[in-house]
Amino acid sequence: MSRIQARFDRLRAQGRKALIPFITAGDPEPGLTVPLLHEMVAAGADILELGVPFSDPMADGPVIQRASERALRHRTSLRQVLDMVAEFRRRDGETPIVLMGYLNPIERLGYGEFVSRAKAAGVDGVLTVDLPVEEARDALLPSLYEAGIDPIFLLAPTSPPRRIEQADAAGRGYLYYVSLKGVTGAGHLDLEDVARKVAAIKALAKLPVGVGFGVKDAATAARMARLADAVVVGSALVAKVEENLEAPARIGPEITALLVAMRRAMDAEVAPA
Amino acid sequence: MATAPEHLHTYRMPDERGHFGPYGGIFVAETLMYPLEELKAAYETYLKDPDFLAELDRDLSDYVGRPSPLYYAERWSRELGGAQIYLKREDLNHTGAHKVNNTIGQALLARRMGKRRVIAETGAGQHGVATATVAARLGLECVVYMGEVDVERQKLNVYRMSLLGAEVRPVSSGSRTLKDALNEALRDWVTNVDDTFYIIGTVAGPHPYPAMVRDFQAVIGREAKRQILEKAGRLPDALVACVGGGSNAIGLFYPFIEDDGVALYGVEAAGLGLETGRHSAPLCAGRPGVLHGNRTYLMEDDDGQIIETHSISAGLDYPGVGPEHAWLKDSGRATYVSVTDDEALEAFHSLTRIEGIMPALESSHALAYAMKLAPQMDKEQIMIVNVSGRGDKDIHTVAEREGLKL
Repeated sequence: MSRIQARFDRLRAQGRKALIPFITAGDPEPGLTVPLLHEMVAAGADILELGVPFSDPMADGPVIQRASERALRHRTSLRQVLDMVAEFRRRDGETPIVLMGYLNPIERLGYGEFVSRAKAAGVDGVLTVDLPVEEARDALLPSLYEAGIDPIFLLAPTSPPRRIEQADAAGRGYLYYVSLKGVTGAGHLDLEDVARKVAAIKALAKLPVGVGFGVKDAATAARMARLADAVVVGSALVAKVEENLEAPARIGPEITALLVAMRRAMDAEVAPA
Repeated sequence: MATAPEHLHTYRMPDERGHFGPYGGIFVAETLMYPLEELKAAYETYLKDPDFLAELDRDLSDYVGRPSPLYYAERWSRELGGAQIYLKREDLNHTGAHKVNNTIGQALLARRMGKRRVIAETGAGQHGVATATVAARLGLECVVYMGEVDVERQKLNVYRMSLLGAEVRPVSSGSRTLKDALNEALRDWVTNVDDTFYIIGTVAGPHPYPAMVRDFQAVIGREAKRQILEKAGRLPDALVACVGGGSNAIGLFYPFIEDDGVALYGVEAAGLGLETGRHSAPLCAGRPGVLHGNRTYLMEDDDGQIIETHSISAGLDYPGVGPEHAWLKDSGRATYVSVTDDEALEAFHSLTRIEGIMPALESSHALAYAMKLAPQMDKEQIMIVNVSGRGDKDIHTVAEREGLKL
């Protein structure tokens, strides 16, 4: 059983929902990434999403794009990101890590080389934003399955039932529902809309469903936790990095504070003591 | 008339999911899958709809001014001392470039789909102007994304777009050029997909764009074929066109792909020289990868990050290229070469002085290669060069290179 599935099973048994924070590897500088990952686990994260910087992150909003640009100023490469995961694993053998990024750095490294390095480093899942199931099927998917790494797919408000079933069949670990038409960090969530769509997805899918894009604060995280199996928070954390570029020592505590608040609110919402 | 080998008689590209061999495809986030499916369905419906096609033909003739002339450049041919050179005069189209062939097609499609807002990315500004123009005519709201660097070097076109009622949004991310404008336009589209149509200006992007833009631009090659048969009584021996994204080149090449006696030359921007790394020539010096929704040749570093490109011509300053060109390269059907900034400038001056035709710097790349190729050909042989746009927009750039301030 994959670490991701094991984590969802344990949470379900506890009547809790997964909190999944995202940060971009190498932002604001490579040396801070692994310590931040450990701090996020201590703050209540269940699964970690680690962004692999890319020069042209076309599905991301300005906040995460700037994070990519900061990381690339330090030339943070996919190889280095894998080294960071390996370093994290030396102290934490339990918390699942999902790499999130774009296809071209993986193409450049080579699918086989990427999968074997990722497995060796202790990567649990791979979410390739610009690789839909159709294009993944004959290429990356078989080697991920073989290595026991979970391919994670996105679903959108516009995904028809056919595509939901397809992502559920090809995916492992969880499905990631992008709750907004837009890019990461955009606009406001229409909660009723999200509720309807997540219910429709859950009716068709066997995998747990995470909700992301637009989760900015503890109150939103709590409401999402009621609807879905997992809550993904990205831009709100990356914004904390950006706000503290002059005082990087504050990044960890501010991210911790936001995650702790989200964790408490989520647990209170779904599993009142 | 030349006969094509069997495999080219059955040239049916792309496949159902937009693949040209290993290239093309749909590499986008899930949020874009539905808009692309909606677009593909509309495109497939209307490209077979006689009513739509009649509307398109009427606009191409009465609004754009087609057919564009095929002009025999007699003095220039004599000067170069080889092949007879014919120029396909896309510079004479309304708005001054080939771009409008495609924006008319996509804007009419947008209207049929009930979209009231169009967006576009632009490099040199030609596609932006062509989009703003048709948006004005059809009464559509129009937003054009343009890298800050390009906004600076193409001020005239920026002003032209605003006169036409379009909003130009400068893009300050990444290298602040065409590729970043494309990223930003994709983001807008994802966010506003209900009422917005994204008019991509070249044969790149996810399926169906490469095929759709080709089909709208293929009017160039269809006309050229008919015109050369009328004027010379036979097919040409060579076609030459510049390649940035590659829409004017595909437009000219496509109707000739099965005519294997016609050599196809795509000319990329070598910038300061391929050996300097400061160029925009992914087919000549890049590697296959995935960017902007399709697999194609790219300019990238060893980590798979897209690198900054250089060309004197903003319209060629793009790190990718249409996937059909990638396929035509690998299959050997077309040959891709490159010319430097300096060579393009020399061709700009040469055509201006000898024929009284001032070409765009993009088109000057094709003309520069024609200057190399023509002398190697017989006087009986025929070459068609696509003059994809006119040079007025580039006069400041040219003057600056000569040390003049206008």
